[in-house]
Amino acid sequence: MNDKRFKIAHREAIIGVILVIINFSIWFGFAYGMGSGDPSSYTYVLGFPAWFFYSCIAGTIFMVILIVFVIKFLFTEVPFDDDEESEHK
Amino acid sequence: MIHWQVIIPLVVFLVLIFGIGIWANRQVMQSNSFLQEYFLGGREMGGFLLAMTMMATYGSAGSFIGGPGVAYNTGLGWVLLAMAQLPAGYFVLMILGKKFAIIARKYQAITLIDFLRERYQSKTVVIVSAVSIILFLFASMAAQWIGGARLIESLTGLNYSAALFIFAGAVLIYVIIGGFRAVALTDAVQGSVMVIGTIILLVATVIAGGGISNIMSDLVAENPNLVSPYGADRSLTPLYVSTFWILIGIGVIGLPQIAVRAMSYKNSKGMHSAIIIGTIALATVMFGMHLIGVLARPVLPGVEIGDKVMPLLTLKVLPPYLAGIVLAAPMAAIMSTVNALLILVSSTVVKDIYLNYIKPTASDAQIKKASFYVTTVIGIAVVLVALRPPDLLIWLNLFAFGGLESVFLWPVIFGLYWKTGNKYGAIASMIIGITSYIYIDQIMPSVLGMHTVTLPIILSLVAFVVVSLLTKDKVNTGK
Repeated sequence: MNDKRFKIAHREAIIGVILVIINFSIWFGFAYGMGSGDPSSYTYVLGFPAWFFYSCIAGTIFMVILIVFVIKFLFTEVPFDDDEESEHK
Repeated sequence: MIHWQVIIPLVVFLVLIFGIGIWANRQVMQSNSFLQEYFLGGREMGGFLLAMTMMATYGSAGSFIGGPGVAYNTGLGWVLLAMAQLPAGYFVLMILGKKFAIIARKYQAITLIDFLRERYQSKTVVIVSAVSIILFLFASMAAQWIGGARLIESLTGLNYSAALFIFAGAVLIYVIIGGFRAVALTDAVQGSVMVIGTIILLVATVIAGGGISNIMSDLVAENPNLVSPYGADRSLTPLYVSTFWILIGIGVIGLPQIAVRAMSYKNSKGMHSAIIIGTIALATVMFGMHLIGVLARPVLPGVEIGDKVMPLLTLKVLPPYLAGIVLAAPMAAIMSTVNALLILVSSTVVKDIYLNYIKPTASDAQIKKASFYVTTVIGIAVVLVALRPPDLLIWLNLFAFGGLESVFLWPVIFGLYWKTGNKYGAIASMIIGITSYIYIDQIMPSVLGMHTVTLPIILSLVAFVVVSLLTKDKVNTGK
């Protein structure tokens, strides 16, 4: 079971966990960090309350860009079938 | 009040879906590995198909009908809550990821339960899994069926039973004849319809409301809390919102209908592009539909039944032919969820119960017959239940979500990543997860202000780890 592909898989699973923590921090942090004041004194960005803009719009776009980046540069392609693997090593 | 211009695009949509079902049936009939083809589409999905089928399976009646209705009454806080679903687009594929794909092939697993059976070598694990899949997914299928029938009812003016039969008939036929491949292919069409419909309706609603700033000031004038993250009645506390994240964001890994998709793709390239496409599509639909619900408030004031907000709004802000396309979106969302559940429940009965315990020696022809037969019987049974529907669609749905997550989350994750995890741990985790979930749901739904699913997930985690460690020596004989 000490498949070399599993090392890659484990690394990528950890990246997934890190991404989800970043995702949560942005989403939750902006929402309750900027939105906990009195709603009638909110500042607005592009028509949306600032907390909403940063947490749900900019935060989401940032996550998508981050995910594209992570996939392109940190994820490795591996074969899934055992016989293909044995040909490599 | 039948709007023919609205109905025609819907009919075209249905015909297209049927065509796909018939085409997929040819593949099923030609395949030399019937089980793998019928229940897993031959493990051939590429990136776009995989992304769309994950997104479409996940996005259900709740996202298109129920969700916007709640957002209408709650405000931007509900959009915030809905965005907790973003991880569903990338997290499942990254966590289950390559390891699950490799091991599933090694085990020749066709269902999630196949994987659990091979990993834990336990009959009890299989039975508990199968029973919870059948019970919970049957319930959530019924809920979706009801949503679909209600939607047709409100659009066409047909009565509920007739609407239910049309809807159920449409879905049943292509799923039964086409299997998983038909499900995945129609999901791709349905997923695209969902994304396009969301964008059209969002733009039209913003225009009808006179721009975002205008709509926001209308909302503030009515009740400033509508634009706060706390919701109109300030009930969305940070603790509740963050624990809700567990249920709809990361716990999704424990949903069998999602997990099974993580073993159906062709290669790692497909998986990579699916993560990107899936996240973008999911973000668009979840953000768009829920925001639409909020924006609808000034545009279409005074809607009393939340579920009617989205259909009424569509008919109000769009010309009829566009309304037809947009209303195909919730229909697509419902169909794509139902079809996935139906094929999953059927695979559980045929592969995990019939072939494992009732008739392991069944011939190919017998398996074929059993598969078509079981899918049909389950489909019809759900329709019969939906004829006299229990009321709370969202509750049923969320109950199934939480229940499945508390059963499967840890056995799947530890099954992949923790060698010491064993069958005793898995059984303890499943049973404690499910009983504590039902108990907490019935007795004290929001313990200490947290979402119901939080404690069961923590308890089942503890149970898995503790029991596995305690029984460590017992299972060494197996390997």
